[in-house]
Amino acid sequence: MSMNTQGRPTGVGTTGTSASGSALLPDEPLLFEIGDTEHSGVDLPDVTLSADRLGGFGRKSKLDLAGLTEPEAMRHYVRLSRLNHSIDSGMYPLGSCTMKHNPRLNEKMARLPGFADIHPLQPVSTVQGALELMNQLSHWLMTLTNTAAVALSPKAGAHGELLGMMAIKAAQDAAGQSHRKIVLVPESAHGTNPATAAFLGYSVKPIPARTDGTVDVQAVKDALSPEVAAIMLTNPNTCGLFEPQVIEIAKAVHDAGAFFYCDGANFNAIMGVVRPGDLGIDAMHINLHKTFSTPHGGGGPGAGPVVLSAALAPFAPVPFVRQGSNGLELVEHVEAEALGRVTAFHGQMGMYVRALTYMLSHGADGLAQAAQDAVLNANYVKARLEHVFSVPFPDYPTMHEALFDDSFLKGTDVSTLDFAKALIDEGFHPMTMYFPLVVHGAMLIEPTESESKQTLDHFCDVMAELATEAKSGNAERFTSAPMKAPRRRLDETRAARLPILKWEMPVETPKAAE
Amino acid sequence: MRYLPHSDHERAEMLGVIGAANIDALFSAVPKSALKSFTLDLPAHSPEFLVEAHLRALSNKNHAAGNGPFFVGAGAYRHHVPATVHHLIQRSEWLTAYTPYQPEISQGTLQMLFEFQTQVAKITGMDVANASLYDGSTGTAEAVLMARRLTRRNKIVLSGGLHPHYRDVVKSYLKDDADLVCLSPSPQGQGDILDHIDGNTAAIVIQTPDFYGHLRNLKGAAEAAHAQGALLIVVITEVVSLGLLEAPGALGADIVVAEGQSIGNALNFGGPYLGLMATRKEFIRQMPGRLCGETVDADGNRGFVLTLSTREQHIRREKATSNICTNSGLCALAFSIHMGLLGEAGFTRLARLNHATAIKLADALDSVPGVEVLNKTFFNEMTIRVTQPAVSLVERLARRGILAGVPASRLLPGDPDVDHLIILAATELTTDGDIAALTAALTEELA
Repeated sequence: MSMNTQGRPTGVGTTGTSASGSALLPDEPLLFEIGDTEHSGVDLPDVTLSADRLGGFGRKSKLDLAGLTEPEAMRHYVRLSRLNHSIDSGMYPLGSCTMKHNPRLNEKMARLPGFADIHPLQPVSTVQGALELMNQLSHWLMTLTNTAAVALSPKAGAHGELLGMMAIKAAQDAAGQSHRKIVLVPESAHGTNPATAAFLGYSVKPIPARTDGTVDVQAVKDALSPEVAAIMLTNPNTCGLFEPQVIEIAKAVHDAGAFFYCDGANFNAIMGVVRPGDLGIDAMHINLHKTFSTPHGGGGPGAGPVVLSAALAPFAPVPFVRQGSNGLELVEHVEAEALGRVTAFHGQMGMYVRALTYMLSHGADGLAQAAQDAVLNANYVKARLEHVFSVPFPDYPTMHEALFDDSFLKGTDVSTLDFAKALIDEGFHPMTMYFPLVVHGAMLIEPTESESKQTLDHFCDVMAELATEAKSGNAERFTSAPMKAPRRRLDETRAARLPILKWEMPVETPKAAE
Repeated sequence: MRYLPHSDHERAEMLGVIGAANIDALFSAVPKSALKSFTLDLPAHSPEFLVEAHLRALSNKNHAAGNGPFFVGAGAYRHHVPATVHHLIQRSEWLTAYTPYQPEISQGTLQMLFEFQTQVAKITGMDVANASLYDGSTGTAEAVLMARRLTRRNKIVLSGGLHPHYRDVVKSYLKDDADLVCLSPSPQGQGDILDHIDGNTAAIVIQTPDFYGHLRNLKGAAEAAHAQGALLIVVITEVVSLGLLEAPGALGADIVVAEGQSIGNALNFGGPYLGLMATRKEFIRQMPGRLCGETVDADGNRGFVLTLSTREQHIRREKATSNICTNSGLCALAFSIHMGLLGEAGFTRLARLNHATAIKLADALDSVPGVEVLNKTFFNEMTIRVTQPAVSLVERLARRGILAGVPASRLLPGDPDVDHLIILAATELTTDGDIAALTAALTEELA
C-alpha cells in the first residue's frame, strides 16, 4: 500500500475493510493521483524566450503541478461534484443560511460580456452600463430598506459588518466620540458580530436574551452608557423571532448617542413587508447570497452591501457611483477620507448582476410574496412538528425559521448530531444544530420560500418518524448514520490533531523489519 | 411567480394547519406602524424575457474587453478561461451547495479544496495554503494582522510598489495606526524598504511584479527582514507570473498573498475574485480563513473535513483570528479546474507566452516617439511615461476603440509625478495586431 509522507495510507479505498463508493458514485482519486506534470488540457504555443526580462528572478524551484487533459478533467470534476448535496438536488433546511433556489437566468446574465468581460479600471466612459446597474441595485436596496445610502463593495456578510462598524467608528471619531469603546451584542448573535466588534478594538458586552427568545429593552437600557458605541442586533433574530421592541431599542440606543447596527442576515423574512429603516437602524448588511439568491458556491463568493442611515451616509467608503455632467461617475477617492476603501476595485459586480436580475424577476410584489411564503413555510413546519419536538420560544409566531430543541432526545442514546446525521440517510441536508447558543441543543430549520408543500410534508413526516424511532430505543440507526452517504462519519479530531492540509507525493511503505 | 411553488389554495391550506387567519397574523410581532405601511417605488414582477432584455441593454452600454485591443491590468488581468471551467462550475452540485459543514455529503467541495490548497502551496512554494479569502487586497490586510499576531510586534512597512488599492485597504483595516508605514509610490522600481526595518517591525510587505510591473528582489528582502526578526509578506496580483518567476517560498517569504483571478476567473468589473494565502507550517494556527484537511471516516476510508476551526469566529467569537466567515469557494473551484487543466506544462507555457507577448509590447512601445518604457524588468506588465497627461490620452484612445491601460493617477490622485504614467499589461490574448493598433494610435496622438 502507498503511504504518504506523514506515514498514512493514501489512495482510494485505503483500508480495504469495506467497499467505499458504488457503481454510480465511484470514489474519485485526487487530481495528483490521476494527472502528472506532462498532461495538459490546454493547448498553447510553446514559445522559447531568447532573452527574458526577468532580471535573474526566473524560477529554479520545482513546480510539480499535475495536469489533466480535458476529458480527464471533465470526469474528475463531474464525479467529485456528485459527492455533494446541493439545493438543486434536495431540501437544504439550514437555519440562518437561506438556501433558496438560485435562478439560472441570474447566471446567464452575469456572463454577458458587457458585465463579465469588463475591467474595473477601464475608463468610466466605457462602463456606463455597469455603473447604471450599480445605481439600480442601490435604488432597490435603499427602497426596500428605506435608508439614505448604500455601500455596495463588501465582499461578504461579515465584510459588510466590518464596514458598517467602521462607518460607525468613523462617525464617532468625527464627532469627538472616540471614547466610546463598548459594543452591545445579544447572546443569540452570529459569531461574526462579536468577532467584528473585537476586530475593531471594541470590547463586547453581551446582552442576555429574555426567556421568550427576544431582547429586553430594559436590559439594553441598563447596558447603555456614554462608553457604548453601538448595538449589533440581528432582526429577525437568530431564534427566528422578530424583535417586538426593536423600535424602543433603537430609540434608547440613539438617546444614548450610540448607533444601531442591524445584522441583516435574516432579511429574507421581511423584504418588501417591513423596511428596517422604519425601525430605526443606522447600518445593515444584506447578504446578496442569502436574500437575493446569488449562489452559495460551496462557500462563497458572497456579497454584503451595507445600507446606511443619513447619519452614517457621509462615512460610506469609496467607491460609489454618482451622477455627473457627462453621465455617471465613479467616485474612487474622497478628499477628507472618512473611511477609505475596504476592498480593491468596486466589489462583487458578478453578484450585483445576479441580485438585480432576481429583484427584477420578482418585482416588489414577488419579493413580498417570497418573504411571506418563507415565513409561511417555517410556521407550517413548526405547526406540523411542535407536537413532536419542543419549541423553546412558543410566545410568538416564528418568522422564516423554526427553532426546536433536543429535549425529545432526553433518555435516549441519540445526540442532536446523531439525529441530524440520520436525516442525511433520508435524503435531506441536516438543519443547523447547536445554534443559536442561547438554546441548549438547538435545531434551527429554515425551509425558505423555495420549498413546495409536498416537500415540506415529506420532510415533516421524516422528522416525525425519526423522532419516534429515536425515542423507541433504536439508537443504532442514528449513532451509525450516515450509512448511505458517500462517506460515513469523519474523524475530525484526527484531522485537527495532525493536520494534513495538502497532498504530498506518497512514499512506498518500507518492509517492516520484524 | 415562477420561483414560488405555492398556489393560493395551498397557502390557505397551510394557514389552516398553522391556525392563522391570514398571513399578517404571522407577522404579529412586527410593530403595526412598520408592517406594510408603505408603497414601494419599484416595478412589479416580470417575465424572464423582459428581465433579460433589461440586463442586455445595460450590458450593451459597456465596452467589453474582447471588443478591441485591450491592455488594462493593474491588479486584474484578462486571460482565456477554458469552456470546461465555465461548464463545470455551473453544475448544480458545485454552484448550489453551501459551505461543507456536513462533510459526509460535501466530499466534492472538500476534496476540491484540498486539491486547491495543494496547488496554491505548490505554486507559491509554501508549506500550506488556506481555502481562499475574498480577494488579494483583503488578504493583504489579513496577512498584516497575522504578522502582528505572530511577532507580537506592531510596525508594518508597505512597499511603494504595493498596489495603491491594497495599501488603502490595509490603511482602512489599521485605521489611525501610527505603526503603519506606507512608502511613497515607486514608479521607477526603486526600493528603500530595507532601510525601514527595525526591531519593532512585524512585517514588510512587498509586491512582485510590483504595481508598475517591476520585479522585486525577494531574497534580499527576506534576509534583511529575518535579520531583525521581522516577517516578509509577499503580494502577487498576477498569479500567472508564478509559472515563470521563482516561488516566493524558495526565496524566504513567510506569508504569500495573491489575487488568483487570473486563473479561471473573468474580469467581472472587479469581483468576485479570489484571495490566495499561503504560509509556513509553523504559522498555521494564526492563519485566517477556512482550512480543509485529510482524515478518515468510520470505515477507515480517506475523506476530507474543514479543520482547525478553533481559529474561527463561529467557535471563538470575539477571540477569533478574523471575522471572516466565508471563502471564495466557486472562484477557488474555477481556479483549481483551470490549474488542473493547465498542469505544469500548461502553466509554464502560459507564463512564457505572457512574458513573450509583453516583451513584444515593450519593444513596440519603446519605438514610439514620446513614449518611454520605465521597466528594465517585468513579467507581463509595464509602466510608460508619455509626453501628455495620461488620463486624457487614455480617454482619446478609448474613443478609438483601444483600451490602452491604466493611468497611474487614477489610483494615485494628486501626485504630479505620476500624471504622465500609464500601466499596460499584455497577456496570451494580446495579438500582434492589437500591439500594432496601439502603437499606431499612440504615435498619432503623441505627434
